[in-house]
Amino acid sequence: MRSHVTCTINGDEVEFLVDDRQTLLDALRDELQLTGTKEGCATGDCGACSVLIDGRLNCSCLVFAREVEGADVLTVEGLADADHLHPIQHAFLEGAALQCGICTPGLLVAAKALLDRNLKPTEEEVRYAIAGNLCRCTGYDKVVRSILDAAAEMRDSAVVS
Amino acid sequence: MTADVTPYKWVGTRSIRPDGLEKVTGRARFGADYHLPGMLVGVVLRSPHAHATIRSIDTSAALEVPGVKAVITRDDFPEITSEEAMSGESVVDYRDLSRNIMARDKVLYIGHPVAAIAATTRRAAEEGARAIAVDYEVHPHVLTVDEAMAPDAPILHHDLITNDPEAETRGPSNVGKRHFFDRGNVRAAFDESDVVIEREFKIRPVHQGYIEPHAVVADTDEDGRSVVWCSSQGHFLVRTLTATVLKWEPSRLKVVPAEIGGGFGGKTTIYLEPLAIILSARAGRPVKLVMSRQEVFQASGPNPGARVRVTIGANSDGTIIGAEAWMAFEAGAFPGSAVGAACQTVFAPYDIPNVGIEGLDVVLNTPKAAAYRAPGAPIAAFAVETVLDEVAEALSLDPIELRYRNAAEEGVASTYGPTFKRIGFKETLEAIRSHAHHAAPLKANQGRGVASGFWFNAGLDSTATVNIHEDGTASLLIGSPDIGGSRASMALMAAEELGIDQERIRPSIVDTDSVGFNDVTGGSRTTFATGMAVVEACRDVVATARQRAATLWAVDVEEVEWQGGRAQHLSGSKPPLTLTEIARSAAKTGGPIAATAALTARGVGVAFSTQICDVEVDPETGHVKILRYTIAQDAGRAIHPSYVEGQMQGGVAQGIGWALNEEYVYDETGRMENSSFLDYRMPVASDLPMIDTVIVEVPNPGHPYGVRGVGEVGIVPTTAAIANAIYDATGIRMRELPMSAVRVHSAIERRSDDGTRTPVG
Ligand code: FES
Ligand code: FES
Repeated sequence: MRSHVTCTINGDEVEFLVDDRQTLLDALRDELQLTGTKEGCATGDCGACSVLIDGRLNCSCLVFAREVEGADVLTVEGLADADHLHPIQHAFLEGAALQCGICTPGLLVAAKALLDRNLKPTEEEVRYAIAGNLCRCTGYDKVVRSILDAAAEMRDSAVVS
Repeated sequence: MTADVTPYKWVGTRSIRPDGLEKVTGRARFGADYHLPGMLVGVVLRSPHAHATIRSIDTSAALEVPGVKAVITRDDFPEITSEEAMSGESVVDYRDLSRNIMARDKVLYIGHPVAAIAATTRRAAEEGARAIAVDYEVHPHVLTVDEAMAPDAPILHHDLITNDPEAETRGPSNVGKRHFFDRGNVRAAFDESDVVIEREFKIRPVHQGYIEPHAVVADTDEDGRSVVWCSSQGHFLVRTLTATVLKWEPSRLKVVPAEIGGGFGGKTTIYLEPLAIILSARAGRPVKLVMSRQEVFQASGPNPGARVRVTIGANSDGTIIGAEAWMAFEAGAFPGSAVGAACQTVFAPYDIPNVGIEGLDVVLNTPKAAAYRAPGAPIAAFAVETVLDEVAEALSLDPIELRYRNAAEEGVASTYGPTFKRIGFKETLEAIRSHAHHAAPLKANQGRGVASGFWFNAGLDSTATVNIHEDGTASLLIGSPDIGGSRASMALMAAEELGIDQERIRPSIVDTDSVGFNDVTGGSRTTFATGMAVVEACRDVVATARQRAATLWAVDVEEVEWQGGRAQHLSGSKPPLTLTEIARSAAKTGGPIAATAALTARGVGVAFSTQICDVEVDPETGHVKILRYTIAQDAGRAIHPSYVEGQMQGGVAQGIGWALNEEYVYDETGRMENSSFLDYRMPVASDLPMIDTVIVEVPNPGHPYGVRGVGEVGIVPTTAAIANAIYDATGIRMRELPMSAVRVHSAIERRSDDGTRTPVG
């Protein structure tokens, strides 16, 4: 069976046809060519495929594509605003929070999910917020620091504006 | 320690990496991110048996499945004769490689490929795979070194004869190679020693755990040429290996490097590339193959498991006078584990007069082992560095002091042969001894451990091209995959040489047709060796730029010097010319400005690391929590300190996973029981503390900027540092990896049963 799906992805309304058993991850990557979202396991254990669905953090490999009918999906490609990087993206670059970078899209999305609801996380809160995202390269040190830096940066600009 | 003042403007700064933007926006293309028009999807049919002869394969039904466009088996690959060759830093036998990629007469592990199918959809390809009928004659299998070396063990390879004198009479066995090394008289040394400690260790196989599964797209044309997009630690290596197993001229292949999502040694070989190429040739369309995570675990390189015995004898003043090691490594289905490197590195940090080392490379019915970060060394170090902890305790010496008194330094003949040049081992020990961590208080159930490690750097071959554009910016064409920020270090060295801003330099990793040959990104060599090629090419460009300025000024080139990215006339009488100005007028002064350097890098240094770790052990559960971790490592010179720290932290994190959780678990049929990230438990952020780093800089005299390789040594001491900390916390010596909660708990239970503090193992 194939379904017709209409949803919003990164702010744009999108329509596509999917096999009923096709995951959102496969639909993003294979049907919509949004290959920024990565597959590390396809079983919900690595977080490389993290996306926000209506603001909530999800492993897109565990969601059927047809389930996002009418939803608002955010992938790594939608984090930057035109030519302005999101503060988290900026902090990752400044803080050398990526080595190979395969985990980075998922970590950025998971970090956004955290900072969207808590702009003053402790180190421990950051560590638990990204505990579903495997990174094999960095040991997480610079990732955690960069997310804390991004939070501080976002707090500062929230005060200013 | 990182010097605060250096003579450099760019080297040593923490600039933004050139490929960063693509990677934080999702634009960077990794192995699985390529989509070609008309592309088919492939799957690999793998053996369900650990050891069996393939009687026959019938693919006719598979070809009838709608959507299936090609099916290939052993019949589609040429027979390759046994030939050992250097492949990057490790030895490869091409016949074994070709048989690992596609089984011939026998399957040797669960997951061994027996056929591959390309179809219009994944579902059709999977249905095609199910329709293939393979007739197996199943044999008994062996899963451990002990089973494989038992007198009546089933033999994997009937032509495998060990390289020792008795082998001729013994006939084929599962021991591929014996490595021997002797110096002095170790037995006599033990007789004279005031303390002799001998211990045995067991280490389970672990996986490199890169997050990106192996992936490839191949497009083979009617002329028999193929373009291959894949992620690897060396696209030239992929070309060489693939061409050899297909019996093709290498020039028929163009390998385009995708971004690589982690390798750690595991992507210094090939698995899928020849299959995709032949499927594409048969189907006449591009074919993509991507491993599932389960396939990655079951069929790509684990680090070998091992059994190890180490004996160390020392005098009461702490001088080590004898050391012996016996190591048997689980090579997996084909010979060629890192046991040779383990033999070379096992006692390398120390100056020991009497040494005896033996290493066995043992085949068994598990996937063929592959390289993993400092291959072999962490296994050896786990044993040696925990025995040293016991020696220190027996002699009432501080463990750092014991190491310091025996540490190798410049002029010492290493236990693997060469005499050390300037090295920084003692400096790493001092860095840890003087670190605040070393003196910090501990609470109940907490303990502290230290350990050290050694690893080589590889030199090997590199080529790099520098092109100066008419706007005075520079492109670097590099052939070494960037796996952890090497583009950043190349750009910094080029900026320093050319005297222009790092932002004006664009480094690209280009395909095998677009730059000269480069060996693998492995052996911690890229910033060292490929960096050297970049530096040489830049110096060539500067020489040309000086010449062009001389032409413009109508003076002798000797009167022109290069400073701060400008040509200056010695007399100071002419306004300096910037690289941009020279580039803009290049058409009038002799044409484009470009240079290529192709070299075999000499002057490699070696690398040392010393680490200190605090743990807390829960006596109820055996759970070990890492409270604090500090690593000191000699980087020679940190070109980009952030990425040097990143390598150190990443190595430690992998070592922590290896120490506490990670292991291959096989059932009795030889099937890996934990082939998912859920069950193969790698460290997550909430498992770890911050990992403090101390970059020690003892410049390598063999490199223009003093670089030593930094990629690997960080993982070497970690398991031992943790084991020593667990002992400090509990009084229990753990001699089996991983030191999982279950194992630690049962060790605590055993101790409370007999009421003693007897070490267990
Ligand atoms: S790919 Fe979805 S969690 Fe790993
Ligand atoms: S940077 Fe490589 S997995 Fe995270």
